[in-house]
This record gives sequence, C-alpha cells and structure tokens, in this order.
Amino acid sequence: MNAPTSRREFLQASGALVVSGFIPLAEAAVPLSPGRQNLVPTELDSWIAVLPSGRVQAFFGKMDMGQSLEPAIAQIVADELDVAFERVDVLMGDTGTSCNQGGASGSTGIQQGAKPLRNAAAEARRLLVERAAKELGIPETQLSVSDGVVSGGGKSVTYAKLIGGKRFNRQVEWNKQTGNAMDIKVQAKPKAPSDYKVVGKSFARRDVAWKVYGTGDYVTDLRLPGMLHARVIRPPRAACKVQGVDEASVKGIPGVRVFRERDFVAVLAPREWDAVRAAQALKVDWQGPDNAFPEMAKLHDYIRSAKAVKRAEPVKVGDTAAAFKQPGVRIVEAEYEWPFQSHACMGPACAVAEVKRDSCTVWSGSQKPHFVRDGVASLLGMPQEKVRTIWVTGPGSYGRNDAGDAALEAAYLAKAVGKPVRVQGMRADGTAWDPKGPASLHSARAAIDASGRVVAYEFLAKGFSRQHIATNESKPADSLIGQALGIEAKPTWIFGAPEESYTFENKLLAWETIAPLAENYSPLRTAHLRDPVGPELHFASESFMDELAAAAGEDPVAFRLKYLSNPRHAAVVKAVAEKANWKPRTSPSKSGKGRGLAFAERNGTSVAAVAEVEVDRATGRVWARRFFIAHDCGLIINPMGLRQTIEGNVVQGTSRALLEEVRFDRDTVKSVDWASYPILEMPDAPESIEIVLIDRPELAPSGAGEPSIRVIPSALANAVYDATGVRMRKAPLSPERVKAALGAT
Amino acid sequence: MATFRMTVDGKRVSVNAEPEMPLLYALRNDLGLNNPHFGCGLAQCGACTVHLDGEPVRSCVLPVSAASGKRVTTIKGLGTPKKPHPLQAAYVEEQVPQCGYCVNGWIMTAAAVLKKNPKASDAELRDALSGLKCRCGTHVSILRAIKRAQQSMA
Repeated sequence: MNAPTSRREFLQASGALVVSGFIPLAEAAVPLSPGRQNLVPTELDSWIAVLPSGRVQAFFGKMDMGQSLEPAIAQIVADELDVAFERVDVLMGDTGTSCNQGGASGSTGIQQGAKPLRNAAAEARRLLVERAAKELGIPETQLSVSDGVVSGGGKSVTYAKLIGGKRFNRQVEWNKQTGNAMDIKVQAKPKAPSDYKVVGKSFARRDVAWKVYGTGDYVTDLRLPGMLHARVIRPPRAACKVQGVDEASVKGIPGVRVFRERDFVAVLAPREWDAVRAAQALKVDWQGPDNAFPEMAKLHDYIRSAKAVKRAEPVKVGDTAAAFKQPGVRIVEAEYEWPFQSHACMGPACAVAEVKRDSCTVWSGSQKPHFVRDGVASLLGMPQEKVRTIWVTGPGSYGRNDAGDAALEAAYLAKAVGKPVRVQGMRADGTAWDPKGPASLHSARAAIDASGRVVAYEFLAKGFSRQHIATNESKPADSLIGQALGIEAKPTWIFGAPEESYTFENKLLAWETIAPLAENYSPLRTAHLRDPVGPELHFASESFMDELAAAAGEDPVAFRLKYLSNPRHAAVVKAVAEKANWKPRTSPSKSGKGRGLAFAERNGTSVAAVAEVEVDRATGRVWARRFFIAHDCGLIINPMGLRQTIEGNVVQGTSRALLEEVRFDRDTVKSVDWASYPILEMPDAPESIEIVLIDRPELAPSGAGEPSIRVIPSALANAVYDATGVRMRKAPLSPERVKAALGAT
Repeated sequence: MATFRMTVDGKRVSVNAEPEMPLLYALRNDLGLNNPHFGCGLAQCGACTVHLDGEPVRSCVLPVSAASGKRVTTIKGLGTPKKPHPLQAAYVEEQVPQCGYCVNGWIMTAAAVLKKNPKASDAELRDALSGLKCRCGTHVSILRAIKRAQQSMA
C-alpha cells in the first residue's frame, strides 16, 4: 500500500480555503498565482510543476470520482518524468489550477485526458535534463534520471534543485481544442510503452483511506464563516409557476429568510436544521398544467406514436428494404422497452458558493467544473475569469446529475444574500428532480434465409433525447434555476445506435428522438446517465442477437463469432466463453438456472459478459449470481483500478437492469426516495465477478469508466431466457414483471 | 431548545438543540464531525450510521434527545489510521469505496454484526447488510473486505 495523501493536504494544495484553520501551503501556490483564472494551455506551467520539496504536481482538468483515474494519471506522469509514483500529486477539476479538459466525460479520462499530461511530463523531463547537462557540465547523452535525480559522470542534481518552485516558462503548441480533445504538442518524444516502469502496475488510490477513516472532506462538508444553509423548494409537479409565497408559514423558525425570484424559491437560515424545517413548512402556491405526462403504464405506447423530431441512420449497409422482400426468407422481429432511470446518487447534490464584490468561488461535486464556472458566470453576469469552480468529491457522479443545479443555485443565492451559501437537496431532489436517463423503445427486425444466414438486419431506437438538457451546466438554460428564472431550455436531439461489427450484408441502424413531455422545469428532463443510452441500446440489440441465434438454431457464442469482423471483438467473446467454461447450446435449459452472453464495443473498448442467473419462479426474483467479463481497452494503466471499475459497472448495471424504473403519474415523478426507487442491495449482490483483462500495450488506451455497463442488461435477459425459456423484452426485469411473464407461460 | 449531554467518540460534549432535531445535524454542524453523511434523511440508506451505546443507528432520523446521556461512536471513533478497526484496514486493503459516501453504513453496521457474530456466514452477512445502499456498486468488494476482516479478527 502507498502512503495515502489526505484529502486535507489535497485541498490545501489546491488552494481551497474552506474550513477555518486551513491555510494553503505556500509552496503549492508557486507555479500559479493563487486562484489565477483561465490558465492558458499553451504554457507548460499550466500542466506541470516541480515543488521545492521535489514533489510533482500535475494539473488535470478532469477528475476521479472513485474509478482510479487519479493514480492512473500519476502513473503516466511518473513514467514520463522518471519519478516515483508516490512523488506525483494530481490536482483535479479546479478551474484555478487546471485547463478545461472537459471534466469527467465519456470515459475519456485516460483515452484523451491523459495525453496533454503525458506530453507535458515528457517535455518537463527533456528541459530538466537539458538544464542538468549545463549545471553538471556533462553531455545529455551521458545523463540518466532516477526518481527525479539526474546523474552522470559521477555527478548528480535533483529536479528540485533544478526547478523546484520555479516556472518552466516554456511555450507548448496547443491544438486549439477545449474540452475532452484538448492536447498539446511538445518537442520531447514520450516514451515507448516498452519503457514503462510504473504504467501497467497496480497502484492504490489515494482517496480511499480518508474515506474509510472519516478524516477528509466531501463537498457536503465544507463550511465558510458566516455561511447560510439553503434549501431550494421544488414544485409539486412539472412546469409550475409560483402564484404566491406565504412567508408567515415559516415565521416561527429562527433566522429564516425566504428568497423568491420569478419561479425560483428557496429558504435560508444560519442553522441547517432550521433551513430543513423551513423548507418543509413553507407554503407556496404553485400553478401548473394538468396531465403533462402520459399514464406510466402507457409510456411506450406514447413513445411509439409520438412524432419523431429527428431521425438519423448512422449505419447503412446494402439495401435492407429489398433484402426483407427476398422470397423464402424468415422474418424475426422484436421490440424492447427501457424506462426512465435516475442517477439516484448516494446523497442529493450539494454546493457551497461565496461571492465577494465582483468575483465568485463555487465548490461543487459536478463532474464538469469548468462548465459550471461558465454557467455561473453567465447566471451572475460576471466575466468567466472572475468565477472559480473547485471540484470537491461529492456523493457519487455518473453523468449529468443534480450537482450542477446545486452549484448554480448556491452561486445565485450567495450573490443575492451577500453571504456564503451552502445548498443541499433533500432525498427527493436527488431522485425525483435529477435529470433522467431517457425512456426508449427499440425495434429490431431481421431476415434469415433458408441456410440460417442473416441476410438483413434493421434496428431502430426511438426515445426521448439523451440531451433534453445539455451534458454540462455552461448555459443556465440547462439548469433548474435558469428555467425557474425564465430562461428556456433548448434541447439537442440525439440518441444513438448499437456499437458492434456484425457483418450482415444488409444492415440499417437508426434512431429517432421525440420531444420532451414538458420542456421546462420537468422532473422527467433527460440527460447523460452513465454510458448514455448504452445499456438500453444493447439491452435490445444483444437480446435480439440471442433471439436470432435461437431462431437460426445456433449457439449464442458461435452465432456472434460467425458475424464479428473485428478481431478485438471476437477476442473478448472467445475470452469470456473460455473463462466461463461456456457450454454450447441451441435452446434454453429452462432449469431455473441459466447463462446469457452479451457483447458490445464502446468507443474503442470491447467488452463481453456472461451472466449466470437463478430465477425463482414463485417470486419472480432474478439473482445474478455470477458474472464473467472479458475487457479490452488497449494498454492497461492500473489493473487493480480497472477491475474495481468493472465490478462497479457490473453491479450498477445489474441494478438498472433488474430493478430501476422511475415511477410517475400524470403530473409528476413519484420516485422520491429509496423505497419508491429501489436499487440493488446486498442480498441480491453477485457472488463473484471474474474478469479477464486483455492487455494490449501496443495499442493506445481507450476508456473503462462506462463500457462494461452496457453489456449487463442483455447478458441478464439472455440468462433469464436460458433459465426459463421466456424472453423479457421490457426493463427492468423486476420480480413482479418476471413473475407475470412466467405465469403467462 | 434544550441542552443534551452525551459522549461522542470518547469525548463528553453538549449540544443545544430542539429535542426533535436529528442527531446527524448535531454531529455534523454543532460538533463538526463531518464523517456521518446525509444520504436520505429517511433511514433508507445508512450513510449517516453511528453507534449508540454500541448499536448501529441511523442518525438522520434519531432525535438528538434520544442520544442524551448515551455513548455515540462515529467511524472516526471506531478506528484511526494508526489503530484501525479490522474492517477499516480491510477496506483500505481491498480498496473498497469508490465515491465512498456510503461507507459509514457498511462499516458501522458490519462492525456491530461481527461483534455479535464474528463468524457470520456469507448468507448471514448479506441478510444483516440489507437495507444499506451503495450506488457505485462496490458490493462484491465490500463482502471481500468483511471476509478479510473476519480472518484478521479470528
């Protein structure tokens, strides 16, 4: 185990003055003036610094929410710079210390986010060796570096001595991209993977110990002197307007202040419990439309008949229409349904904001702090360089959850009341009012010829957009407060298509989006939830592959291998079959126990899963007892972190597939807590998850934060089919639904 | 408002609050103990779990008055990096938490379970830990860590 860096040190190093008694370390501020804004990617000093102590700071515009990105970045920097892993601190997600690398986004932390850090570290090493050569009077070719000590010809000098606390003052070539694609070009050539000593090994995370000993701070734990606690009042239904607020209803609660502007209502109090009580007691007269939502039981009928606002056909091969009309072909078709799902993070979002004259600092758990900065600046009418957003780990983050809403609300209230404000939601704010993963309907159709070959394949996804509100908070229109203040949402119409390499000679993959049920201030607003639309698309497409295999009378593994054209795709399918000791079958066992396979790619990463389930016919309970996973994301940086991340994906995916469904009535969302939005609990946890990691050091690393979740729902549905002979085409595969389906047979 | 005295992590403390205010707010805001977290306020997730006279309770719903005169232990009082509880040591070894916001519930509940039943079986553990939530899906490594702790305690 490596010595843990405490959260406290980290916050100090990032210059976050958050709890009385916290003083930023003097040396931490060396490369940058404290709180300096809008760092320029064209300076090496924006990416890396060597402190007088010899510690190295890497400034990362993304962050680790517990999936081992921090050690991975430290490993990459350590290797390029030739220093020990333990010497590198990664400062993450602070607009005052890092450039806008897009925050956490699309599993690109390593795939894209590590690139400029790697280049910067390589360039820093080159400059340091150059400087050492001059200092020591020894040619560069005779120098070597070991843990930050440059030696040769019997002499040596440390990085700390060469540059500690000073700037490199070196320009680098920026690719002019902001966000995930930001990169720099440098004179140095990064190392070949064969020269890596740190990359590829398991290093422990530095945020585990403080979480386990309760000695560090989450965003929920930050307190500023004179701070007020705020609770924002959410309406009882979608698209409501405030007719009036009865301030007398909270009169007896000490120090409470009611804030209202247009349809934004909040209560503030010096004591948190008073703010909580006031939020419960405050009487607000809300007026909203009736029946903004369809009946929940008819949601997918609604989607089926709704007008498509956009259609795209990302994959079109051959002529499917003609192929379906060929004489003698057998048509197989099926439709799959996926519900709205909630991020339902462990805690509702929290943010703390302080406005001083013409500047604002926001501490937020949002995974896109640079965009929060832009959104706050816009909402407050401040220049971007006057706003600093500091990411502090929050209660979980798997996409565009409720964190950004809290950040903008805290900033707005802090400006309005002239005091620091801490906003935290109650449970319903995290479950009922977070942005939702979109509900969708998936139709698949295939033609099989007399020889059992698939000659045509069509797949159409139709659902609510995955970006009714944007993936980040840079525009107030995409936040609840923005909409409450009358700034209208402008949805982006986008869904997606399955990612695979099946070589059907005629193939059409298409998607259509439909308009949101309520445009503004809706608890069914949709946005990115872990692996946006991946679990739903592949629940359908990989269930359908299983149906096709059964229709063709073939084994699910052999059937897929017959059509997979990409060798990396075939390799994960073969690897998982081998690990699971897969027994070929052409029909379901119907024994109550079953196994199901699923495969998918995600942006360069290939995953295959075998789920093993037990189905209780009496209760309809599906226990996902064992999983086997084969995973290929190119070069592996940190195998231990990768395994833990895959395990989390498998369990979260199981929860989403078997249990999760946002409930609603005609007016509002009725999933408000863990009782009305159940997730997987320990009795249903898998017994084992056996993982095969396929390492490809010769290939650039792709993402791992999300790919393995997308194969879980279909692997489970296919296993339930094997166990029972019944096809479950509607998620979640809840006990009631499974019991009903089994009863019908 | 009334004054309530109790022992928290070995220290005698007093809190002025409404009797019905949940203990969680006293621990966090009045005593500055940030480690128990607000997850739901409904005793449905466990993020706020502390021990009250050795028994796990959900401090988000327990009135502060109910803790009066009692011994409260938070995860910070359960063990320290220098003197860890075996579960904490195992959690670090197994690198269990991802976001980690749920940790109090699992460790404080499991500590009480193991105290009564050090050899709890897999089935007993699964049953005893139902009602706790972990959104990052670390359940499999939680079980690994508890089994590791059981071995180190044996």
